[in-house]
Amino acid sequence: MRLFEYESRQILEREGIPVTKAGVARTPEEAERIAREIAGPVVLKSQVLTGGRMKAGGVKFADTPEEARAHAEHILGLEINGHMPRGVLVGHKAPIAKELYAGVIYDGTRKLPTFVFSDMGGIDIEEVAETHPDHIGRGHFSTILPQMDFRAKDVIASVGITGGDLNKLTPILSKLARLFVKYDMTLAEINPLAQLEDGSFVAVDAHMDMENEARGRHKALLAELGVGDEETREAREPTPFEIEGERIDSVDHRGVAGNVTEFDGNLGLVIGAGGGSLTLFDAVRKYGGRPANYCEIGGNPSVSKACNLTKLVLQKPGVDKIAVMMSIVSNTRVDIVARGVIKACTELGYDPAEKIAIFRIPGAWEDEGFKILERYGVEYCDRSVSMHEAARRAVEKIGGQAAAQTPAAGAEEGTSGAATEVTQP
Amino acid sequence: MSILIDESTTFIVQGITGREAVNLTRECLDYGSKIVGGVTPGRRGREVHGVPVYDSVAQLVGELGFVPDGSVVTVPPAFAKDAVFEAIEAGIKLIVVVTERIPRYDVAQMVELAGLRGARIIGPNCLGIIRPGVAKMGGIGGPAKDAQKAYKPGCVGVMSRSGGMTTEISSTLSAAGLGVSTAISIGGDAIIGSTYAELMPLFEADAQTEAIVIYTEPGGRMEAQLAEWVKQNDSRLPIVAFMAGRFMDEMPGMSFGHAGTIVEGKADTAAEKIARLQEAGITVAEEIAEIPDLVRQKIASKAVA
Repeated sequence: MRLFEYESRQILEREGIPVTKAGVARTPEEAERIAREIAGPVVLKSQVLTGGRMKAGGVKFADTPEEARAHAEHILGLEINGHMPRGVLVGHKAPIAKELYAGVIYDGTRKLPTFVFSDMGGIDIEEVAETHPDHIGRGHFSTILPQMDFRAKDVIASVGITGGDLNKLTPILSKLARLFVKYDMTLAEINPLAQLEDGSFVAVDAHMDMENEARGRHKALLAELGVGDEETREAREPTPFEIEGERIDSVDHRGVAGNVTEFDGNLGLVIGAGGGSLTLFDAVRKYGGRPANYCEIGGNPSVSKACNLTKLVLQKPGVDKIAVMMSIVSNTRVDIVARGVIKACTELGYDPAEKIAIFRIPGAWEDEGFKILERYGVEYCDRSVSMHEAARRAVEKIGGQAAAQTPAAGAEEGTSGAATEVTQP
Repeated sequence: MSILIDESTTFIVQGITGREAVNLTRECLDYGSKIVGGVTPGRRGREVHGVPVYDSVAQLVGELGFVPDGSVVTVPPAFAKDAVFEAIEAGIKLIVVVTERIPRYDVAQMVELAGLRGARIIGPNCLGIIRPGVAKMGGIGGPAKDAQKAYKPGCVGVMSRSGGMTTEISSTLSAAGLGVSTAISIGGDAIIGSTYAELMPLFEADAQTEAIVIYTEPGGRMEAQLAEWVKQNDSRLPIVAFMAGRFMDEMPGMSFGHAGTIVEGKADTAAEKIARLQEAGITVAEEIAEIPDLVRQKIASKAVA
């Protein structure tokens, strides 16, 4: 879960890392008041969970409170990459002598958290890594031994920093690692970490990601920050279709109908599970099909959950047919899913044989499931028909291109429609 | 020869009285696995399908008089770290962590302790290990009769980030007459106990295994690590990979499929991973159905070389 800059700054402060003086404004008047309190030049930054703020005009400088108010008015109304700002951060534009970078992330290969430090801050750290690798220091720290400051010191010293600066920076990087662990972050970075003209160090901008799985452990902090339980903080806001998908999943604890995601095609997908859905979605597109949605069913959903999800997909504007497909199941029961999807069709007044382009779920209770499908004349197949072949048949039935495209071409074609729909719900 | 488990492997189930664990215990026993005990705190004296239940791993070890070879951990996420620590500190060397949604820091801690104690973790968020016709450790393949249908003994080692796709691919290999030597559902999280590259030496040393098939997804550096391993080690085993989730390259920052499946940087994309794997001489299949033929071709060309 991504945290806004102002929230990340709040966490830094509470953990004893100095930040520049600032406040969040929701109105131009508030921005003016904060600028007046700061009593000096200010920077105004759009609070959005997306990159490229500067380029989009979401960052402005002001010398007077009146100017701050005018900029705030502009920024608060400015959409960036499909996101409207949560507010505008009004911060003191401190006289900066030097910009540095301090971060903590996971190294999935070594399976440990690692410090990342650079004496070149203010720019994208990936860029520094490519162009000036000798200006980046890294070092893992143990998750079992107590946090040791010397690890942070070694990393900072490795980029050539010594003297008083080293001793001032060590506790900052060390504290950043402590809060990373304490709050189950997957990313905690200060960029830039500024050295002011008086020699002191202060965080100007911060970015943090808290692991979704660990949200339950940090209820007190999230309440303090004002983060609601319903905030998903995904890369884009969920659409009404997706919110309804989540509701269908949450009202019934039996099984999973997860990750319901909207696309703009005509072939509805009732697919599962994790890896199976990824494979099948690719397969539909490989054969020129246009999926109307993505989803992951699994964990043996009830008839009503399968039915409600199918209804949601069937009722989505533009959906002509659905394909019901999974990799071989051992936990989910084929007959239960079959009953759910047929029930959805009949209750909506559709002929299942007409609406269900293909049913390909082999595995547990398949004989029982296939009997039901046969009774309704639905085309089904067992494991002898591959996942890709099933997807191809579904696409053919809906009148899409059934001939395989090269994956690159298929991907590119799909992009334009799907991606725009996805970024602009 | 064997990878990780064989007919004499003994293991326990932690969290054995949970609904899914009860099923898993039944499935493994039916398949021929040796489950020697289970643990659920406060449930000492009970039995699950004839398997005795204890309050702790130490208690179980004391009563049995020996340390079992492995443990399957199925406890809820909040208790998973402690359960794994408990198994490691009791001297168990192979731990299959089935539990999903364990916070990453907890996983890093488990993996670090396992490393210090010489134990191996498979998972988390996985279905376990199966040696077709011999034993299975975890829910992989489902009930014994379903597992028998999908997994036939053979020459291909399978490693997969998706539990379900482990079975789909193994079933395809079995139907094509190649069969499976050992299949491992390695788990779908960002940090897992054993990656492809870390398991390769075991397959390398297994005479039954003649080729490897892996199922991969966007997210993480595991495939790059495998490509690197292949370049640095003169492996006798040809590898065929299947990459799912190619569509995710267009949707950075969004997670699908598994917790670890998210494109955060350029190196995480399906396209980049495919390029790296191919560069290392690994064949990337376009469809699951092509895999058996690709495996046969690769085995044949290795034999010639």
